[in-house]
Amino acid sequence: MNRTNTEDPSYYHKVVDCQWACPAHTNVPEYIRLIAQGRFTDAYMLNRESNVFPAILGRTCDRPCEPACRRGRLDGKPVAICRLKRVAADHRGEIADLLPPIPTKKNGKRIGIVGAGPASLTVANDLMPHGYEVVIFEQNEKPGGLMRTNIPAFRLPAKVLDEETATILNMGVDIRYNTPVKSMKALLAEKFDAIFIGSGAPRGKELEIPGRHDALLNGPRIHIGIDWLESISFGHIDSVGERVLIIGVGNTAMDCCRSSKRMGAKSVKVMARRPRAYFKASPWELDDAEEEDVEIVINHAPKRFVIENGKLTGMEFERLEWDAKAKNSRVIDTVFLPADDVILAIGQENAFPWFERDLGAQFDKWDQPVVDEITMMSTLPGVFFGGDAAFGPKNIIWAVEHGHQAAISIDNYCQDAPVTERPAGGMNLISQKMGLSEWSYHNDYNPASRQKMSHVDLARRFRQLDIEVELGFDPEQTAREVQRCLNCDVQTEFTAVRCIECDACIDICPLQCLTITRDGSEEDLRTRLSAPAFNLTQAIFASAPLPQTSRLMIKDEDLCVHCGLCAERCPTAAWDMQKFELEIPYAGRAEACTSSYVPA
Amino acid sequence: MPSIAKPVAIHPSLQKNVLGLTMRDYEGAMSTLCAGCGHDSVTAAIVRALWELATPPHMLAKMSGIGCSSKTPTYFVSGAHGFNSAHGRMAAIATGANAANRELTYIGISGDGDSLSIGLGHMCHAIRRNVKMLYIIENNGVYGLTKGQFSASADVGSKSKRGEPNRMAPIDPVALGLSLGATFIARSFSGDKEQLVPILKAGLAHRGFALVDVISPCVTFNDHVGSTKSYLHTRKHTRRVTESDFVPPATEILATIGQSGTTTVTMHDGSVVRFTGVPKDYDPTNRQRVTSYLQEHQGQGEVVTGLLYLDESVPDLHEMSNSPDQALSKVPYDKLCPGAAELAKLQEEYR
Repeated sequence: MNRTNTEDPSYYHKVVDCQWACPAHTNVPEYIRLIAQGRFTDAYMLNRESNVFPAILGRTCDRPCEPACRRGRLDGKPVAICRLKRVAADHRGEIADLLPPIPTKKNGKRIGIVGAGPASLTVANDLMPHGYEVVIFEQNEKPGGLMRTNIPAFRLPAKVLDEETATILNMGVDIRYNTPVKSMKALLAEKFDAIFIGSGAPRGKELEIPGRHDALLNGPRIHIGIDWLESISFGHIDSVGERVLIIGVGNTAMDCCRSSKRMGAKSVKVMARRPRAYFKASPWELDDAEEEDVEIVINHAPKRFVIENGKLTGMEFERLEWDAKAKNSRVIDTVFLPADDVILAIGQENAFPWFERDLGAQFDKWDQPVVDEITMMSTLPGVFFGGDAAFGPKNIIWAVEHGHQAAISIDNYCQDAPVTERPAGGMNLISQKMGLSEWSYHNDYNPASRQKMSHVDLARRFRQLDIEVELGFDPEQTAREVQRCLNCDVQTEFTAVRCIECDACIDICPLQCLTITRDGSEEDLRTRLSAPAFNLTQAIFASAPLPQTSRLMIKDEDLCVHCGLCAERCPTAAWDMQKFELEIPYAGRAEACTSSYVPA
Repeated sequence: MPSIAKPVAIHPSLQKNVLGLTMRDYEGAMSTLCAGCGHDSVTAAIVRALWELATPPHMLAKMSGIGCSSKTPTYFVSGAHGFNSAHGRMAAIATGANAANRELTYIGISGDGDSLSIGLGHMCHAIRRNVKMLYIIENNGVYGLTKGQFSASADVGSKSKRGEPNRMAPIDPVALGLSLGATFIARSFSGDKEQLVPILKAGLAHRGFALVDVISPCVTFNDHVGSTKSYLHTRKHTRRVTESDFVPPATEILATIGQSGTTTVTMHDGSVVRFTGVPKDYDPTNRQRVTSYLQEHQGQGEVVTGLLYLDESVPDLHEMSNSPDQALSKVPYDKLCPGAAELAKLQEEYR
């Protein structure tokens, strides 16, 4: 097979599964090592560089990194990456001095931003240090967007949100609260040099079944989930009926059912059409809801709202039986479930009623703006989209990454460079060798199991409604959890010309990752490995032909624990442990994109 | 020495043998030998062979003397018995241990210094007695522990690390074994586990004394240009005279090898084994012809490897001495040692 090109940054980047899976490519192993050393502020700043909101994301991230984590393939449970991010945020020191300086002399370019959610704030964060003037138009009285209105305070305390949004706004952003943008035409008339739209996906989906729009005597009892959560967030409602049905089983449904319990509901049922394996909610959010005595009911499809004498009494559902892969269903019977309130949490979409369609920006057949996935620019030059507004609902970490990319484009656009000209990324490889069998990283494997998050007890969380449920890791839990990280960024770098084929690395490798064998096609080589490669998405490394026999050194990266024993047992230093640092380009930093917070 | 113990994490595909043990269960302590030492590869081959044979760890005795090689029993099967004897005395101690308890499986690990210098006499007599054991000589041509002086197996003309050639004739354990009537003689290379593992398994299954000379390069003192025991020299000059694989004893299957030199046979478990005939001028059951073949090829500077000579017809120590089937260590003491009165009676018969 072809010689693996380890000079291409994407090869080693893929080995760092968590960083590869993270939309913003957060340098996870490095920040976990910093936490292990008690350097919480450094860990926080390293996080902040790529994901901008470590304290918020340390509580609310969708964690694409965790299912990707190599540790999960070894002992079934990934490193608690998200919880460790919160540890860094909770224990950080003063960061004001560590933030980039904001030039007092501006560069004369003004950027208009719609909405103060994570994508918009990221754009401001990336552009303010380069002398841009940024104006944000926010319809609410506080910043944060859906992070504030849709995530309940018991998961994300207002204080945490306030702090991290203030860090950006204090860079000198001109934010105008209670100022919804009512006309794109009017916004364009203000002659901004570029406009970024991060207005989110603010429209909850409707459930059009009989009874939905019948007039009710006792006020509205059927609610749109995200609107209902927003009303709680702004203190407009503080109660709900005793029996609540939640329709849908995504993460919004989880926030709705847990909020219902806090608003006084006694019986809360989350109604799902499909079996549990097909739920959209994150498994940990399901666990947290069930801990609060929320019942999750599967295989029930809503049929109609039952209204008697002008009052909602409940809902009828069809009980379904699914085939093996839950593709086709059969109705068993119809059941009635009583309810005082019903909350619809079946999805949301973006909507631009304020964006006139005759301004030159194309909208597709689903009435979605046409946005370039790399540059984030619409078909109207100078108008950029990001976050849920761009491609529909995703999550916070994707919004942040959209913000970074849009900021690069806006910077290009304002400096008369083509938006398609993306600054090159790169990588650094630094040997970790300190001496004979001595490394500058902790290479031992700790068999500890994943630490369990402690929660505030049930009585207290229903008494004090905005108390944060998760307590965060204590020092002992943190110490154990950081050691579960396998340091996947410390790469096994191989130099074929030095190899004498003594087999020492193959003999010592605990996971049988290594094989010396004759050349062949990749498919054929995979049948000749020391241990079978189960994960076909992870590349196998193939060296140049070895000097003595012309065979190849093959490494299946899939389960390598990066213990460094191959390098320790190598007599010729053909193997070395080298720390991989991805150089991520950000706006205005094309010439110096090296991460400033990664210690050598 | 490695900074850490081998991580306990295991590959999900790791299989268990009939005892329910994985290969990792046959490992020992972390090696303290130099990185890249051939001996560590021999250790890995032993681990694999014992796991594949499903040898119960508590039924294994690891015997050794002094030297780099003799440290290695620590690095495999932690759960086995072990005896680290005085320099060169391993063969004698193993003979005694085998005499006392024939039920254990014996692996003796020695080196060219331990076996061909100080312990040469003991090894010769263990061969003569056909003590049932696997006797491995990890042969690197130098005294590694004392910083690389030539050993008794160094070839004439082989250069030391400082560039001086060796002038004294080598002792060849294979030639020695052939002359002493050894019944199982093999040579292999630490860098060729494909060949070494089946040879070790066959040696463990042999009726008597199985002598395996393994070229196991000393990466620190004898892996340079000019050495005849380096990785590169061994690879360049190896002649595999027999292809080896180990098939556990079962009902006989008859097959003939055609003109192509190979034939495939379906085994009892359904697996297919490809047999390769030995060269026409080679007969591993004929001591004289093996001797002359080796002399001829070694004269040309070749390292002839494979299972070189085999004779399963010779009785082992216990068969020759007509000792009981049961381990002597299990024979009740009053039967093993009937007392002074019985001894006097016996002696009376010879007066």
